[in-house]
Amino acid sequence: MQYESVIGLEIHVELLTESKMFCGCAVSFGEESNTLVCPVCLGHPGSLPVINQKAIEYTIRIGHALNCDIAEFTQFHRKNYFYPDMPKNYQISQYDLPLCLNGFVDLEIEGYTRRVGITRVHIEEDTGKLVHMGESGRIHGADYSLVDFNRAGTPLAEIVTEPDIRSPEEARVFLQKLKSILEHLEVSDCNMEEGSLRCDANVSIRKIGTMEFGVKAELKNMNSFKFLAKGLECEIKRQEEILEDGGTVIQETRHYDSVHNITSSLRSKEEAHDYRYFPEPDLVPLEPDSGWVENIRLNLPELPDARLNRFMDKYNLSRYDAAILTSSKSVGDFFEECAKDYQNTKTVANWIMGDFTAKLNSANLEIDECAVTPKHLIDLLKLIDNGTISGKIAKSIFDEVFETGKLPRVIVEEKGLTQISNEEEIIKIIDMVLEENASIVEDIRQGKDKAFGFLVGQVMKLTKGRANPALVNQILRDKLK
Amino acid sequence: MSISKKDVEHIAMLARLHLDEEEKEVYAKELSQILEHAAKISGLDTKDVSPTSHAIPIRNVMREDVITSSIPRDDALLNAPDKENDAFVVPKIV
Repeated sequence: MQYESVIGLEIHVELLTESKMFCGCAVSFGEESNTLVCPVCLGHPGSLPVINQKAIEYTIRIGHALNCDIAEFTQFHRKNYFYPDMPKNYQISQYDLPLCLNGFVDLEIEGYTRRVGITRVHIEEDTGKLVHMGESGRIHGADYSLVDFNRAGTPLAEIVTEPDIRSPEEARVFLQKLKSILEHLEVSDCNMEEGSLRCDANVSIRKIGTMEFGVKAELKNMNSFKFLAKGLECEIKRQEEILEDGGTVIQETRHYDSVHNITSSLRSKEEAHDYRYFPEPDLVPLEPDSGWVENIRLNLPELPDARLNRFMDKYNLSRYDAAILTSSKSVGDFFEECAKDYQNTKTVANWIMGDFTAKLNSANLEIDECAVTPKHLIDLLKLIDNGTISGKIAKSIFDEVFETGKLPRVIVEEKGLTQISNEEEIIKIIDMVLEENASIVEDIRQGKDKAFGFLVGQVMKLTKGRANPALVNQILRDKLK
Repeated sequence: MSISKKDVEHIAMLARLHLDEEEKEVYAKELSQILEHAAKISGLDTKDVSPTSHAIPIRNVMREDVITSSIPRDDALLNAPDKENDAFVVPKIV
């Protein structure tokens, strides 16, 4: 039986405001426990929340960028649940009157376009952090838990998609694009490891050709692009196996365990979804001024799609290259910084997309977190262009720049890596190599041209890769005539 | 009665309240009375009244995004029944 998957995503993103959503406590990651708290975010009786205008502005920005309608009337609700990550025993959120509605994002997947509808974007407050004390370190089997309320009350935008996504790969591409849009909007740092961007998925499967949705599972804990795709694949496979065996999928929340690549049920009494939403009596409704809303739209920064097109036009890049360079704001910024001082933009693009990205991936760093700056890369490219170093040496220098942050020209000087372009010097070395390999020279003269590369290699070996390869080739050819 | 004993048990579970059998009977009765009282509004003609969540016609109360000082941690933890490592201690969750 052939199935197709039906996926909708819910993305939570922490907004980059200075202060919390409803009080003046600072928003900051990694501070000492319970130092960014006050009577409002601790839920003390008698304290009153006041809406942070910047958080509203940022969410309207998101709404515009995702082609949403911005509500003329919007309101906050209390979502009641009994869990110690919120001191009030309710979370201030939005219910039937969210700030942004009915948007979409177009994805370019290899060979086709997919439009993913955005159901809504609403604002809520983040929860505190729990540390479970016990042997397992997890909630199950813990003896008790510790609560740090520093994060409680951080403004959070929740973005909900329509069930328009049809594969784990589409989900991954969607999240990548959404992240890039949010980065370009400068509303969040989108750090998935620190949890400022989090993604849950609703996933079900149905026989190809049917319109009806299957029973869905809500999948949690996919905190990277890789795990989003893998978690979904894993859950889809599980559902297929159930249906193939004639069973039925039950609606439940499941947790993705990336270590064992399995999903497991989180169902428990604690999870009874009965939130008893009601309008937050401590906050009056919002009717965002239409002039303000329009002004935010007019002042939107350049978004990834527009940037991609500009990169193709201005820097003469292929769509493929431009798409990679604009898939994250920091990579695009790095490229443009280089392009200011360096004409051959295709070379810059190749370096960024090739060795550089591989290095960043293995070190688990973002481009703006590593020691290599645009200044370093340009310095290296200019050393290649003026013949000081060969492309091969450049790669090893790049590795050292990555480790140490030293300028390439400093490394070249310190290590004496300057390319040998002096003909006499090269001729001397070639003569030595020819003398030592008389039989191979004979083979080549007999027409076995394959061995030519071996001789070039010997010259490079003797010069530790510093000989100018073009010159070596030319002189060697002349000598073997 | 509009609120059954089963409803009371459900609401008590959501609020983590332990009620004995007698209390469940009492609350079922009292909660029903409250709902019946509130239901009287259904008898009114509200055709021309728009849904209202606030009695006062004020809108758009917001503050600038400015940091104000938090309270000292010791003060924050002062009312905690139990604390450890500068954090609030809560009993076993599941």
